[in-house]
Amino acid sequence: MSKPVEINEAAFGENVLKATKPVLVDFWAPWCGPCRMVAPVVEELASEYDGKVGFFKVNVDNNPKVASQYGVMSIPTLMVFKGGQPVNTIIGFRPKDELKKSLDTAL
Amino acid sequence: MADSRKEYDVIIIGGGPAGLSAGIYAARARLATLLIERGAIGGQIINAEWVENYPGFAEGVGGIALTEAMHQQAAKFGLETLVTEVTGVKVKGKQKVVSTARGDFTARAVIVAGGSERQKLGIPGEAEYTGKGVSFCATCDGAFFRDKPVAVVGGGNAAITEALELTKFASKITVIHRRHELRATKILQEKAFAEPRIEFLWDTVPEEIIGETFVSKMRVRNVKTNKKSDLEVAGIFMSVGFRPNTAFLGGLLELDETGAVVTSDRMETSVPGILAAGDIRSGSIRQVIAAAGDGAVAAISAEKYISG
Repeated sequence: MSKPVEINEAAFGENVLKATKPVLVDFWAPWCGPCRMVAPVVEELASEYDGKVGFFKVNVDNNPKVASQYGVMSIPTLMVFKGGQPVNTIIGFRPKDELKKSLDTAL
Repeated sequence: MADSRKEYDVIIIGGGPAGLSAGIYAARARLATLLIERGAIGGQIINAEWVENYPGFAEGVGGIALTEAMHQQAAKFGLETLVTEVTGVKVKGKQKVVSTARGDFTARAVIVAGGSERQKLGIPGEAEYTGKGVSFCATCDGAFFRDKPVAVVGGGNAAITEALELTKFASKITVIHRRHELRATKILQEKAFAEPRIEFLWDTVPEEIIGETFVSKMRVRNVKTNKKSDLEVAGIFMSVGFRPNTAFLGGLLELDETGAVVTSDRMETSVPGILAAGDIRSGSIRQVIAAAGDGAVAAISAEKYISG
């Protein structure tokens, strides 16, 4: 079982921007109910896409700079990065199928 | 584990207070019970930082803590939980078949407790700027609007709770309401009227959300004078009602004109052996206590249906 890895601003460049595979970043915060709803779905996806997509979580409360750099103004925001660029953004709780489609287009 | 079996006495769809209470009652009645939830256990009340009106908690209780306790209580009696999306419900003889992304499950009785979600207003700019200033959750997104002016659209309990929550962050909060008085309960109104940073635009409806990358203003119209004006805001919090989550039912159950499931006072729907509870139900007052009550009634009706 592969699980999303919590990273901070300092580790963002190395893990997300320089990644050779597509990466999904879950921008979240502990006080956010819908973030708790999305989390188990993202965990399932992390298992299903193990080896194909990297999964990271960024706590916007502790890492406001990177959140604002990517224009995150609503959480949860799931952002798919490919070659260091955001290619897909999903805001709020969405069905798993929709998240899979968004990952598949980045593969 | 839930994956080890496919047949149950009762399947509950939805893990908010209605589903969890139904789970406590059904599992305690020694019925083999599976609860299916698509996201996190707890339902919409997990967005409430503090619940002041649930009986038994004199000082109030956190929304997450309350529903976690309900889940533990149900699990203690043997409730099984599966996190996946329900895609359909069908009747097959005496059995009900619940289809999910993890395969089909069958049960004698099904309790539909899928809750509701925030209604969209449908005005220009709303979809485009969702996540770029338009938000449906002040608890989640309030902190992004520190020292900035925001608007809250709506006049009910949810809207006023959001406006009060936003006083922690925003420089000014304008509540836009289409009537000349609030529907919210008096205690919330008193708090809001006492808060200097909350202003009210009465008899006013939003017409359009305007901006570039992010929201910069909202065009509003006074419904009495028809006069339009622009309000400069960085954030817009939509709180204009709720829509029942009934898409997965695919027309199986009778719905009312708002799309909510019609039930008897025993939570029976138009299909025997399928019960409904909580916010998904026609006439729901959208309170945790009522959802919990509905869940208990639905579980007892399910038990009667199975044994009868």
